[in-house]
Amino acid sequence: MGHSELQKELAASAYVASDALAMALHLSLVLGRPLLLEGPAGVGKTEVAKALAEVRAARLIRLQCYEGLDAAQAIYEWNYQRQLLALRASEAGSEDAVFSEKYLLKRPLLEAITQDTPPVLLIDEIDRADEAFEAYLLEVLAEGQITVPELGTIRSVAPPMAVLTSNGTRDLSDALRRRCLYCFIDYPSRDAELAILSARHPGLEARLAAQIVHTVQAIRREDLEKVPGVAEMLDWAAALSGLGINDLSDDPSIVAATMVCLLKTAADRDAMPADVLARIIGKAA
Amino acid sequence: MTATRFPERASGPAERMAGFLAHLRMNGYRTGPAETADALAALGSVTATDPGAARLAMKTLLASGEDAWRGFDDLYDAYWFNTGKQRLAEVRADHIRTQAARPTLWQPHLGEDAAGADRGGTDDARPDAGEDEAEGTDGRLIATRTANMTRRDLRELMDEDSLRAAERAAERLARALRDRRSRRQRAAQRGQRFDMRRIIRASLARGGEPLDLHRRRRSERPLKIVALCDVSGSMTVYARVFLAFLKGLVSADTRTDAYLFHTRLMRVTQALRDHDGLRAAGRLSLMAEGFGGGTDIAGSLTRFNDAYAAQAVGGRTVVIILSDGYCTSPPGHLSAALTRLRKRARRIVWLNPLIGWRDYAPVARGIAAALPHLDAHLPANTIEALGALEQEFARL
Repeated sequence: MGHSELQKELAASAYVASDALAMALHLSLVLGRPLLLEGPAGVGKTEVAKALAEVRAARLIRLQCYEGLDAAQAIYEWNYQRQLLALRASEAGSEDAVFSEKYLLKRPLLEAITQDTPPVLLIDEIDRADEAFEAYLLEVLAEGQITVPELGTIRSVAPPMAVLTSNGTRDLSDALRRRCLYCFIDYPSRDAELAILSARHPGLEARLAAQIVHTVQAIRREDLEKVPGVAEMLDWAAALSGLGINDLSDDPSIVAATMVCLLKTAADRDAMPADVLARIIGKAA
Repeated sequence: MTATRFPERASGPAERMAGFLAHLRMNGYRTGPAETADALAALGSVTATDPGAARLAMKTLLASGEDAWRGFDDLYDAYWFNTGKQRLAEVRADHIRTQAARPTLWQPHLGEDAAGADRGGTDDARPDAGEDEAEGTDGRLIATRTANMTRRDLRELMDEDSLRAAERAAERLARALRDRRSRRQRAAQRGQRFDMRRIIRASLARGGEPLDLHRRRRSERPLKIVALCDVSGSMTVYARVFLAFLKGLVSADTRTDAYLFHTRLMRVTQALRDHDGLRAAGRLSLMAEGFGGGTDIAGSLTRFNDAYAAQAVGGRTVVIILSDGYCTSPPGHLSAALTRLRKRARRIVWLNPLIGWRDYAPVARGIAAALPHLDAHLPANTIEALGALEQEFARL
């Protein structure tokens, strides 16, 4: 199976992947290497993992990273309370009994390693976790095994397909970058965005879809603090079709009101007054 | 078009691939023998007859960051299609993020600079004129950054003993900022408080007797420094000291980030961190093309906000701007750029070499616009002044 087949399969589950992304996914499946996705917010990095899970009919296990994420939250933890209760209940209970899988709380990474069929492991916003965790993750991803001191090493039967996303809050370590395949996802081109819109909202009128995409692309070229991503574009399209609008130039006031879907800061709202918006939409029509 | 040129002894795909990896390495990629094997394996799993697929496969495998990702196609063409420089110029044009057109306001101030610029220009033009030069390159990009701006050799600015004082002052300053504590507790050997959860858990193995005592302590939350140094014409006299100062800041802490700006902004952290002093100087002077020209503080800060701030500046970052505040763009722009930076950064400190002067008042339009957004506006005209900053920074 080549990368173009994978691209078609992804398209069937309503994810429009660029050639580069399809190739990256294909290679990561073939070579069994984790895939690191970078790019601006809202270009569909997280969606990649969901779509991949759907295509491969695999389970999606998600680890959302945040500052201060530690091993106990990401890998495993002993269920201390249960262990204590078990010891109290059986007075002669030996220590070995409480260090069994029964008392192990599986967190996403251990969960992903112990599956029978390869799951898709999504490690979201890895740049938010601190460096120490990144180093630990490296070991898990490279060796496909986790060592629990009291229990021994747990080896993965079916190595997970790991997808890591990063927003660039912090530079990732070279070691992690080297382990991973890399794909930078940028804002889509006009045609690609149209394809995404028609895949996600098949019922949308072609004329309105073209107007929406054109307008969003024009807004992205403006000097904004938070540039609207694909997700915002889809939200906006849903809002417009929900309001029953067929042509953007029909009712400027409603269009201006729906800008809440695209512009997410006060400064950006000020930067796009009604007349600027009207001009952009006028060009799109 | 000439035939693809590989090193003569390269016989099979493995050696050609090794050559390509070496070519990438020369252009700043971190690739090694393991990557060569991976690249060959990756090629085995794509349709080998499809050149586009091969390119994408290698790009995915070998590029490991945004910059590498964007520059990969040029390097790929240069090696496998032996395009050399002429092609590069065309390819560059359709990238959006590559350097924008040179601002018109930059002009060489001095006669020698202008002469140097001219010389640079003709040097650049020559390989383009005939194909002979491009042929003998073994498909390597000779120089990826040959803008014909004036280059001032920073080597003479760097290796003087007296600059060590500035460097030491910077190191002390960085240390003053590093000593911060978090509210959150972490397990630690010699913490101040007991970690009851771990004590009870450890007591299980001892029949319920808490024999092993575990402790916790508040972890360190150091402040990170991001330094932006003005190297425009008006700052030339201070440039030596400030570069040494930057070097001190960068070497004191691995997370410090340093940038130079005049009409453009460039990141110099990696260059300053280079252990090989001479190579560092070489890299710096490559970066400081146009060193000694005009200043566009607002434009540089805006560029910083757009390109680097998301990654470099966070809630625990002190931004240090080293500049005299003479800016060619309207003061409103500077004010807007600082407002945006303000939202991300914890503190913004402006070190101004002019403050030490007698009768100096911040009335230049640029600095007047900037003042309301600054947490501190401190003197930096002498080494002693830099040394005295330590107390000021401890308070931030």
